[in-house]
This record gives sequence, structure tokens and C-alpha cells, in this order.
Amino acid sequence: MIASLHSLTAAELAARYPATHPVGDWVRAHLAPAGAFTVNALIALALTTVFVSLTALFLVWMERKVCARFQLRLGPNRVGPFGLLQTLADGLKLFLKESFMPREADFFVYHLAPLIPITSSFMVFCVLPFDHNIQIADPQGGLVYLAAFLGMGVFGVLLAGWASNNKYSLLGALRSGAQMIAYEISYVLCLLLIVLASGSASTRDIVLAQQGTVLDWWLFKLPGCGALGFIIFIISSTAELHRAPFDIAEAESELTGGFHTEYSGMGFSMFFLSEYANLFVASGLGATLFLGGFLAPQFGFGPLDRALELVPGCVWFMLKVYGLVYLYMWLRWTFPRLRVDQLMSLEWKFLLPVALGNLAVAAVLVALGWLLP
Amino acid sequence: MSQHAPAYPRRSLARYLIDATKSLVTGLGITGRYLAHPKEVVTREYPDNRTQLRFAERFRGPVTMPHDEAGEHRCTACGLCEKACPNGTISILATRNLADKRVLGQLVYHLGQCSFCGLCVEACPFDALRMSHEFELASDQKADFERVLNHKEGR
Repeated sequence: MIASLHSLTAAELAARYPATHPVGDWVRAHLAPAGAFTVNALIALALTTVFVSLTALFLVWMERKVCARFQLRLGPNRVGPFGLLQTLADGLKLFLKESFMPREADFFVYHLAPLIPITSSFMVFCVLPFDHNIQIADPQGGLVYLAAFLGMGVFGVLLAGWASNNKYSLLGALRSGAQMIAYEISYVLCLLLIVLASGSASTRDIVLAQQGTVLDWWLFKLPGCGALGFIIFIISSTAELHRAPFDIAEAESELTGGFHTEYSGMGFSMFFLSEYANLFVASGLGATLFLGGFLAPQFGFGPLDRALELVPGCVWFMLKVYGLVYLYMWLRWTFPRLRVDQLMSLEWKFLLPVALGNLAVAAVLVALGWLLP
Repeated sequence: MSQHAPAYPRRSLARYLIDATKSLVTGLGITGRYLAHPKEVVTREYPDNRTQLRFAERFRGPVTMPHDEAGEHRCTACGLCEKACPNGTISILATRNLADKRVLGQLVYHLGQCSFCGLCVEACPFDALRMSHEFELASDQKADFERVLNHKEGR
């Protein structure tokens, strides 16, 4: 199915985009299979941990800086160059804070809840293709796996709200649960749209199915449907991320922080970390599904295309991801929060029918082969 | 269906979508314009820009008593400022000069009690008082809040 969508055969693809990384190959060449499997997994785990932490630190700084500029302020600029170390200082402060638990709160669930969203962020990182050979795992049902773990985040929010024994937390958690369950539907329908178009649920295959020029990215290649799907994806993933204008789960002005009202110190920082890790994941997913992931943008102009090809795929991936991150921040710091009923009617009366219709039209287009050349 | 009349005129779905998109794009345009114009940032980095600070002429800082080149002030110890002050901030300690005329001995200004209303300046018929532009007033010394405004006795 994949080979039929673009000019290269499976063998040519494998030669051009090898799936294994030299480091992994080196480990495999020097160790027994079981040992190599363990060592490679540990390398991947260490890299993910470092990368997730650094990314979250950087994204918090970037958010503060970008939002300040949107509001004609300067943002953090005292700690380190351009205030880059500000989040490190804040993180250190959080480490030193007392970990508080309200009386009558459920000890086990209260301490379990912050770990669930960060776990699901880590799990989702595994299937993001940073480059053709920088991807921890490439399961055939990659997007199913992704949808499952993205949906797990809601458990953390619900359990945190319930275990806190606080009315604000509970209200925030219930709102957030309703919101995430609702928006997950159109979110998954967007994933389904891409699976339909690419003929594969593996994230790597989805990227490879978008080879060619910029017009071969699913954003453009499915005439109309791709762009509409992208818009729905951006809206529903913003809701999944609890970012404004869908931040009623936290709703600082009404719920004093929503589900994480009672959390301090490490519990709070876990929620915070996963929020920004998930921002990266959502952007990475958007880049993978709609913007050609690690593929260099090609404009059908020989010399320029070859020059762009020289830049490694992971750089292109990061550029696309940070473009999308910036888009999320732009939306967040421009739009006011939706009311609960507006939020629900947007999803159930508008986004869901449109996403379903979009999927149906895209199915017809794919079946008839009416894609952009 | 509903008994309540809609608070806004009913629009067709297409019209609604167009309006909504337009307003969202307008909002994005405004924030985007702010981002693209870093020169318009309103933040003033205060301790760093101390030398470039500009004050409005009518800014009301602590009361001072201007002295001319000869070191003379214009106070006659008439006490109108003392009476005009709602907080008892000013104490005129008058004395007598060699000609047995009532002159200013000390004008004690209790900064801690001052509300910077400027009534003393308005009350003064000799234009002997002014509101300064000093503003970094914090201190841990009580003595800093008791100021003698005149440099020497009146004549």
C-alpha cells in the first residue's frame, strides 16, 4: 500500500532511509542479542529522560518569553543569558518545597496521580520519529498505541482531583475529564484520517508516505481534507493539552488551579513537566502526521532541494515541531477561555460532525485516487 | 423552541463561521503584531534605567525648600503651611533674630507622616516650598524621615 503511494520501492526506501542507527548497530555487533536489547533500551531511556527534562525546561522558558512578547513585556531576563536559566532556578525551588498533602486525602492515589501523565508522556515519546533512524520503537499500530497513551493522561487528572479531597480540584478534574473524553474523539478521527491516507498506522511509515515535494505532505496532498483535518487536530490537541482557550481544567480565575490546586513541590512539578512534554508530543505528532516529519521540505527546484536535503532529518523535525509549538503558544496567548457549555457544543455539535464528514470525504478521495500529484 | 429571545441577531451558520474566523484572525494579528514589534515593549527595567528616568513636572515627591545662589530661602515662618497640612507633617520652629523679628529657626518635615498632597506648597504665599522628584525613600533609619528643610535661619 505504501509503495503504491510514491515512486520508491520498499528496497529503495530501506536503502535511502535505514531504520537502524549506527550506535544501536554498534551495540548489537558487540553484545549478545539479549544484552544488546537491554543496553539499547537503557540508552534510549537515558536519552528520553534527558531530552524530556531539557525540552520541558526550555519550553517553559520559551512560553514565558513568547507570551511576554505577545503582551508587550520582556519576560524572564535576569537569570542567565536571556533568562534561560530561569526555569532551572524555578525547578530547584520546587525540589526544595515541602510536599504537602491535605488531611483526609487518599495517600496512595494522591501520590500516584502525578506520575501517570508523565509516564504517558514518556511512553508516547517512544514512537515519535525524530529521524529515519532515531525512533525508540516503531510498532505497526503506532497511532493506536499513541491514542491509548495520550488518553491515559486523563486518569492522572481525574485521580488527582478526586484524591485531593478539595472541591475545586474535584470540579476541575470532572470538567477536564469531560473535556478530554469529548475532544479525544475528534483527535483520534484526525489520526484515523492520516492512517486512511497513508495505509499504515506506523509513525515512520506515515512520514515516508509523505515523500516528494511540500505538496506531498498530508496537509496539502489530501485536497481540502488535509488542511481541515490539520485545523481540527490543532483545536482538539489544544483541548487535550488543557491549554487556553480550553484551559477550564485549571481555570486559575475560578478554580484556583483546578486538579492540581493541592499539589506542591514535586507533585506539582510532575504535572507541569508532563504538560510541557505533552506540548512537545502534540507538536511532534502534528509534524509527523501533516508536515512530513523528518523529511526535508522539497520545492521541486533541483539545487535548492539538494541543499535542503543536506540538513539532517532530526533538524527538520525539530524545526517543524517548534513551529507548531509556537503556533500553540500564539493561540494560547491570544484567545480567551471558553465556557464549559461552549466547549462542549464546539466539540459535539461542530468538530465531531465535521471530522466525521471530513473522514468520509477523504475516504472517497483516497479510494478514487484523487490526491494532488 | 426557547421562550428567550436570543441576545444577538440570529446569523446563518456560514455567516457565523465567517465572523468567528475573522475575529480569531484579528486577535492573532494583534498579538502577532506585538511580537513583531519588540521596540514597543512597555516594560521599564527600573534599577537599570535610573539615569534615564523622566518625571512629569507635577510629580509630587517629598517637600523641599529651594535655596537661591546666596543660600537664602524665602520662608518667613508665617506658619500657613503648618496649618494647611492635614497630617501635622510640618513643624515650624520660629525664633527671633537680632532685631527681635520673628524668623524661621527650623522647618522640620516629618516625611513619615506626609501624604504628598501638596497643600503646604499651595498654601505658601512666598513660594518657599516645592515638591521634589525624589522617590527612592525607603530607609531603615528613623532619622531619615525627620528632615530639616532650611539650611540656615531666616533673616
